[in-house]
Amino acid sequence: MTTSHVDPASGEALHEVTLTVNGMPHRLRVPARRLLSDALRHDLRLTGTHVGCEHGVCGACTVLLEGRPTRSCLMFAVSVDGASVTTTEGCLEPDGGLGHVQQAFQDCHALQCGFCTPGFITTITAYLEDNPDPTEDEAREAIGGNLCRCTGYQNIVAAVLRAADIRRERAAS
Amino acid sequence: MKPAPFAYHRPSTVDEAASMLAATEGKILAGGQSLIPIMSMRLAAPAALVDLNHVTGLADIDVSDTAVRIGALTRHGDLERNVAAYDANPLLRRAVQHVAHATIRNRGTTVGSLVHADPAAEMPAVLRLLGGSVEVVSTARGRRSIDAEAFFVGPLESALEPDEVAVSACFPHPPAGSGSAWLEIARRHGDYGLVGVGALVVLDSDSSGERGGVPDQRGGHPGARRRHRRLQRRGVRRGGLGGRQDARGRGHRPRG
Repeated sequence: MTTSHVDPASGEALHEVTLTVNGMPHRLRVPARRLLSDALRHDLRLTGTHVGCEHGVCGACTVLLEGRPTRSCLMFAVSVDGASVTTTEGCLEPDGGLGHVQQAFQDCHALQCGFCTPGFITTITAYLEDNPDPTEDEAREAIGGNLCRCTGYQNIVAAVLRAADIRRERAAS
Repeated sequence: MKPAPFAYHRPSTVDEAASMLAATEGKILAGGQSLIPIMSMRLAAPAALVDLNHVTGLADIDVSDTAVRIGALTRHGDLERNVAAYDANPLLRRAVQHVAHATIRNRGTTVGSLVHADPAAEMPAVLRLLGGSVEVVSTARGRRSIDAEAFFVGPLESALEPDEVAVSACFPHPPAGSGSAWLEIARRHGDYGLVGVGALVVLDSDSSGERGGVPDQRGGHPGARRRHRRLQRRGVRRGGLGGRQDARGRGHRPRG
């Protein structure tokens, strides 16, 4: 981290930050107050991560920090310097096809407007790593921190269970 | 919904953190799950933040014969998943599972929650219930340990001085032959509880050597008061918890 740069417009000190996002190393120069969500969207142009409430309630901005779901609107980019981040863009199959959670969302029609979806994709992807065979109640509990205003959640719960099935099928084949 | 500008400091040791804090009159950033939303809503605009996240050795969970000690960077989720801590004191996991959502627990720190001293928060109530302590460091006064009883001064107010860094918290094990429980009511999953209760019941030995009466029953009620207190009953008879005498609060003695 260096602070030798100053934003000419605002006069704010800029910090150099290194992040590995979806396996790709990136170097950014950001003010200390840059939220990780904004660093991803504005600086790295990875607009898959959505920003809803911006105070940690809605879950739309959830990314995986070192594999664990965290709110990217509740972290400063400078504070996670050196970390590995996975966004919804990174929740793909190795061949670039839809990941098991993304496929399950399509299969189950688990989205309408899609604004909340990136946070669900990352949250459920990490959840199934630790809990590969959840019950319906556990699936509902797993998405308790993510808000959706369109779907009534039924199809999202179904998608969690479907994603677990697809994950198993793909692992077996 | 963006934080105001602040000067950013990144110490690599606790001593460095303490001297930066004293020099800048800033705030400590650990998990940031309460601080950052407050800053984003412009309810707080500290001139400087001292980021503990790159200080090594602060994330450890140490389970000894007498206590579970956690560092300032131990995330709620780390404590929740730690098997040795659960085996030694199940109340820690039972309570920490009620702290917000799993996603918040992955970043938020338990010591940070203690320092934030929200009367509705779970872990301050647990620290109070178990009679634990918080260890703090400052450049001016060195290291000191503050008992839970003295630590929680008022709503969102702890006994921490502005130049002090909280480096660890110590949760003593409950006595042998005890049981604990945690219950709370929240309007929505993951919200702060409207009210909660943590209970610790200790059985003593009667003359035959078996566990008999209930001489020591303690409770903590997050959300019910302006600051965390411990309620204590002594000499409750076996099976008498639902009796009329108890319902009238005999022996019910608020402390602290």
